[in-house]
Amino acid sequence: MNAAGIIFSNIHDKNIADLTKKRTMASVPFGCRYRLVDFPLSNMVNSGITDISIITHYNYLSLMEHIGSGKDWDLARRSGGVRILAPYITAYANYKNELYNTRLEALMSVQHSISKMQADYVVLSDCDGICNIDLKDMIRAHEESGAVLTMAVKRIPITPTNAEKNIIVSSDENGEITDLAVHPTFYDKAVADVNINVWVISRSFLLGALVNAQAHGYTSFSQDIIRRSIGREKMRIYRFEGYYANIDSITDYYNYSMELIRNSTVRHDLFDNAKRPILTKVRNSAPAQYTGSAKVSNSLVADGCIIEGTVENSILFRGVKVGKGSVVRNSILFMDTYVGENVSLNCVIADKYVLFHDDVTLSGHPELPFCVEKGRSL
Amino acid sequence: MFKRKECVAMLLAGGQGSRLYTLTEKTAKPAVPFGGKYRIIDFPLSNCINSGIDTVGVLTQYQPLALNEYIGNGQPWDLDRSSGGVMVLPPYQGKDGAAWYKGTANAIYQNLTFIERYDPDYVLILSGDHIYKMDYSALIAAHKEREADCTIAVIDVPIEEASRFGIMNTDADGRIIEFEEKPKNPKSTNASMGIYLFSRDALREYLIRDENTPGSANDFGKNIIPAMLNDGKRLFAYGFSGYWKDVGTIKSLWDANMDLLGEEPTYNLHDRWFRIYSRTPALPPHFIGEGSSVHNAVITEGNNIYGTVENSVLFSGVTVEAGATVRDAVIMQGCTIKSGATVQYAILDSEVVVGEGAVVGEKCDGEQLIAVVGNGVHVLPGDSIAAGEMYNVAEYEKKNQGGENA
Repeated sequence: MNAAGIIFSNIHDKNIADLTKKRTMASVPFGCRYRLVDFPLSNMVNSGITDISIITHYNYLSLMEHIGSGKDWDLARRSGGVRILAPYITAYANYKNELYNTRLEALMSVQHSISKMQADYVVLSDCDGICNIDLKDMIRAHEESGAVLTMAVKRIPITPTNAEKNIIVSSDENGEITDLAVHPTFYDKAVADVNINVWVISRSFLLGALVNAQAHGYTSFSQDIIRRSIGREKMRIYRFEGYYANIDSITDYYNYSMELIRNSTVRHDLFDNAKRPILTKVRNSAPAQYTGSAKVSNSLVADGCIIEGTVENSILFRGVKVGKGSVVRNSILFMDTYVGENVSLNCVIADKYVLFHDDVTLSGHPELPFCVEKGRSL
Repeated sequence: MFKRKECVAMLLAGGQGSRLYTLTEKTAKPAVPFGGKYRIIDFPLSNCINSGIDTVGVLTQYQPLALNEYIGNGQPWDLDRSSGGVMVLPPYQGKDGAAWYKGTANAIYQNLTFIERYDPDYVLILSGDHIYKMDYSALIAAHKEREADCTIAVIDVPIEEASRFGIMNTDADGRIIEFEEKPKNPKSTNASMGIYLFSRDALREYLIRDENTPGSANDFGKNIIPAMLNDGKRLFAYGFSGYWKDVGTIKSLWDANMDLLGEEPTYNLHDRWFRIYSRTPALPPHFIGEGSSVHNAVITEGNNIYGTVENSVLFSGVTVEAGATVRDAVIMQGCTIKSGATVQYAILDSEVVVGEGAVVGEKCDGEQLIAVVGNGVHVLPGDSIAAGEMYNVAEYEKKNQGGENA
């Protein structure tokens, strides 16, 4: 594949601050056994991209532990493979003695790596969007059209609240980008194409843009590079038709997680593609164990769980234990959560290693799930 | 070029396991699936790496394809090493002609060169027939301490079952004074587990001598061990206590799977300090649907359960439709149990489809017989397979044609 991949691991950390205190957005657990980075990483690997860089900023220990040598994604390679680009001194990209803040500044700080790549195209992806996308097809479309930039977009209904969360992309009948509304406070159409932060860029254009950005002190890729290039360079959209979820807040996180349980089409779209499996770190847990007193319905359960109590409408990550007489409803329990006996949980998101002692009762609300921080003992 | 290793393990994986019938038609016994996400060979391989042994030769002969593919470069067991690691050793053609492995001892004899490249002090002989967790480093330590020529792991079995095993009679210090293969009147209950640790020189000496003995069965139990005892070599028994189960028959394979169930399972796979590693496909977590009922079960990735599952072990990618019942059964990879079907007291090999309303297996009043459905069989809707019956695809087609003709 004539493309290399770059994944931004931190850009949307603030969206779900509860879960990113000690980790990057990329390493936020999602979908019972995955981390958010597994989606862009698997999308790239499934499309034949084997040279992938993950740009980090801070809090990247959990990310490094998750990626390891990359062997679980078949990325432990002599040539290429996956590497983590941690910030170093040139990361002070905006010359104000601050770490980079934006996508463009992050790219400027790894300009050297980009200039050393062999591929003609670079695929950029964020970690806040969950989708199973065929990048091979998108790169082909990019190559055939001769565009310098192809932006994956998803057509969604626009409401007063979601317009300002999105970058709305207008295009002509040939799919060429004509305008970009960056987080508009007002937008008058009912449906629109929104940027899903998966871009294919010709490497030469990207390098030129980075030089330009340095010369002119640009800071925003969409505002300063793309908007200025409209009408001068050929930039196109690529409409993605599959399932797409954007994690913008903890409520989003909770709702999209619950959608995995409620909607079998979503599960099917994300996970049941034999050609494009979502890969993740293998943990070698034993299969899940249900005892005689277990009562489970409408739930996703990962390996390594031991269930003695009742579990309904919930997601149990690897190694969760639910003791006798306990009832877990509408909750998401991360790796190695320990639920003692006669515990009652409802609308709770428990981060890793949380310990619920016997007889504890805890409830959040679907609109405001209760987050218990990593390692807390209640 | 070859880094010296203290101990090299040799895993005998060439056996057919003919008593597993259709389950080993296309695969060697060590590649038979077990416990939801494992294959039998995962246990000795994981034991090796958990005991610090990183050089393992796997001797294959019968139907090695699935096994070779499964072992691959050894990565799942951390046995992908630049020096050592896991190596598949099939029989080969030499200057003096080609020969199959004639017996367990001959298999090792033919691979003495492999062993000697690593110049080990000890050679551990393992078999791919058992489910157990064992720290071999304790065995090696005991061997060293007693300056033994050979140490044989033994397990205490009930006296009434002792005549099914090779029995090691020892003196007070644990030194083996007599070995009896399946004795009618056992003198002790120390059954050999088929795990032998040899000092390298003693092993080489006796393998070469055995190879030059006409009429020898070239077998460790029958020839090597008796010959060493005869010569007064230092053979010791190493007592092992813990779970150890032979899974050589349909009934024992089913039993061993059932041992994983219950509140305090007879055999616990959830031991984080002694993990059993396996090559796993990247499958999504399993989903338990609304209205399903799951009790006392082992369930793994890629499963979709909408029906009833009780006292059963389900491998990956299994679908149990609403209204279907799986009870006291072992269901291997990729099976589908359609609505209204019942599977009980049965082992389904991979990719089996049980049609609507079909019944596989039944509860027996006396000794429980296990029904077996072979790889890829599509059990017709409404059909029934009685207790203890076994079918592969060809046999199942024949049964149905027979039914039509009658």
